[in-house]
Amino acid sequence: MGRIVLEQVTKSFGDVTVIPPLDLTIEDGEFAVFVGPSGCGKSTLLRLIAGLEDVTSGVIRIDGHDATAISPAKRGLAMVFQSYALYPHMSVRKNIAFPLRMAGLDRAEQDRRVEQAAAVLNLTDYLDRRPGQLSGGQRQRVAIGRAIVREPAAFLFDEPLSNLDAALRVGMRLEISELHKRLETTMIYVTHDQVEAMTMADKIVVLRAGFIEQVGSPLDLYRAPRNLFVAGFIGSPKMNLISGAEAAKHNAHTIGIRPEHISVHPTEGAWSGVVAVSEHLGSDTFFHVHDTGLGDTITVRADGEVGLRHGDRIYMTPRADVIHRFDEQGLRIA
Amino acid sequence: MARAVTTQRKIINTTVAWMVGLLIFFPILWTILTSFKTEATAIADPPVWFFFDWTLDNYRVVQARSDYSRFLWNSIIIAGGSTFLGMLIAIPAAWSMAFVPSKRTKDILLWMLSTKMLPAVGVLYPIYLIFIKFGLLDTRIGLTIVLMFINLPIMVWMLYTYFKEIPGEILEASRMDGAGLREEILYVLTPMAIPGIASTVLLNVILAWNEAFWTLNLTAAKAAPLTAFIASYSSPEGLFYAKLSAASTMAIAPILILGWFSQKQLVRGLTFGAVK
Repeated sequence: MGRIVLEQVTKSFGDVTVIPPLDLTIEDGEFAVFVGPSGCGKSTLLRLIAGLEDVTSGVIRIDGHDATAISPAKRGLAMVFQSYALYPHMSVRKNIAFPLRMAGLDRAEQDRRVEQAAAVLNLTDYLDRRPGQLSGGQRQRVAIGRAIVREPAAFLFDEPLSNLDAALRVGMRLEISELHKRLETTMIYVTHDQVEAMTMADKIVVLRAGFIEQVGSPLDLYRAPRNLFVAGFIGSPKMNLISGAEAAKHNAHTIGIRPEHISVHPTEGAWSGVVAVSEHLGSDTFFHVHDTGLGDTITVRADGEVGLRHGDRIYMTPRADVIHRFDEQGLRIA
Repeated sequence: MARAVTTQRKIINTTVAWMVGLLIFFPILWTILTSFKTEATAIADPPVWFFFDWTLDNYRVVQARSDYSRFLWNSIIIAGGSTFLGMLIAIPAAWSMAFVPSKRTKDILLWMLSTKMLPAVGVLYPIYLIFIKFGLLDTRIGLTIVLMFINLPIMVWMLYTYFKEIPGEILEASRMDGAGLREEILYVLTPMAIPGIASTVLLNVILAWNEAFWTLNLTAAKAAPLTAFIASYSSPEGLFYAKLSAASTMAIAPILILGWFSQKQLVRGLTFGAVK
């Protein structure tokens, strides 16, 4: 069981308030992702839940018990660090067994659980190696192994994939998602990568400067961003935000339209501009369009086969039903 | 960083390295050779290298005239004691500076180092007076304390750099894994810090062993270590080179042997952090 509740939690370092009063509930078995730009307080929030930092005020409850003043060792949570934080002087086997040894389990039980975790994570052949002899991906697996053996109430991941190369990252992303499906344990995952957030989360918590901007499922956030910040943060490439006369036509201060919701035509459309950069990804092509009279560069997604190039004139038409409208304060207009 | 090295190049490099090595080692070699000569051969001009009547007389005279083992014992007590006492203070100090630094930690470190820039003779008078006042002159305990303080900045600095290299996240990971403070120190911190602690101990034993300024000024007969033992064989007149060399050889032998067996540790200690 791992229901985690934060009530009016705050954190200050000296005079600097990193987390203003914040309420959040993470349900048992949920995969929650904290996402936001660097310095938004997402890692601090995770460390508060872990107990590695003390809250300045407020209450943290784990499974209904007040855990605010409990040491990290006693909270029953497991954490995977960005740097993996393996014990360099211990073999992989000893690394994974360490939490079990601390819990005072007997050797036979320790061995059984280590073997089991190693089998799940494809580490059986590496049990007698030192962390220094492993690749980045293998070290990451050891760190996860060390976390799963003790069967914690919840897993905390602090940007665990940011040290891996792009291909490995996609693979590990899938493995962590599968692990969550199998274990059905609460997981809290911190990342600045909105793709990781969208693909893994049951619930995304978007943070900015310690404030929660929006909480919701990936598709909630994609379909109905609560404000301009979330609109700009979720989705790749970023949503086009247009203000001025074009927005006024829709009775809004700013309108937002995602690149994938604009159709492209070589000769006719609602808007027109000049292609500045075209990025061909094979399946898709992204055009960055200048001189549209709409303000900033407009990004559109087109089919991979569209053959427009730098300097070509392009015509674009937004899909009317997916135009997002925002008021002067940047809040969504329903 | 592989570079193609020709055989000729290798020979030149090796020769130069040996020459530099011999140049540095030469005074010690000459001392050892001289210790086996008679006083007359020792000052012979031109100097005699290897072909002389090797004799152990000097060692006999030195051993008869003064009790080597007493000096040796003093050296061991003073060098070992000051290092042990120093580590008792330096480990917690470096620990807190590395893992729970405050705003002033950097300043304190620099201030500590600055005390090493002070010429020792500048504080000789006050320390001498303090020693008289507390009856510490010519006592092992007094010398142990002084040498501990003299070397403390180096111990804290060395340990601090070692501890700094231990990533805080590993300690946090152990906390998340259920380790209390005792287990964290016992199973995670200490094993990772042992190479650093070992080379700090080693270096400070050597520094304290070789320390001559304070040992010569603050001891007379009872607490005198091997440095004083050597000094007692120099005299303004008469022939004493061979006996002085014998005394020197006896004094440096233990530390030379210790240094030889631990040179790997020592080099690592001195160059730590220079290359990742």
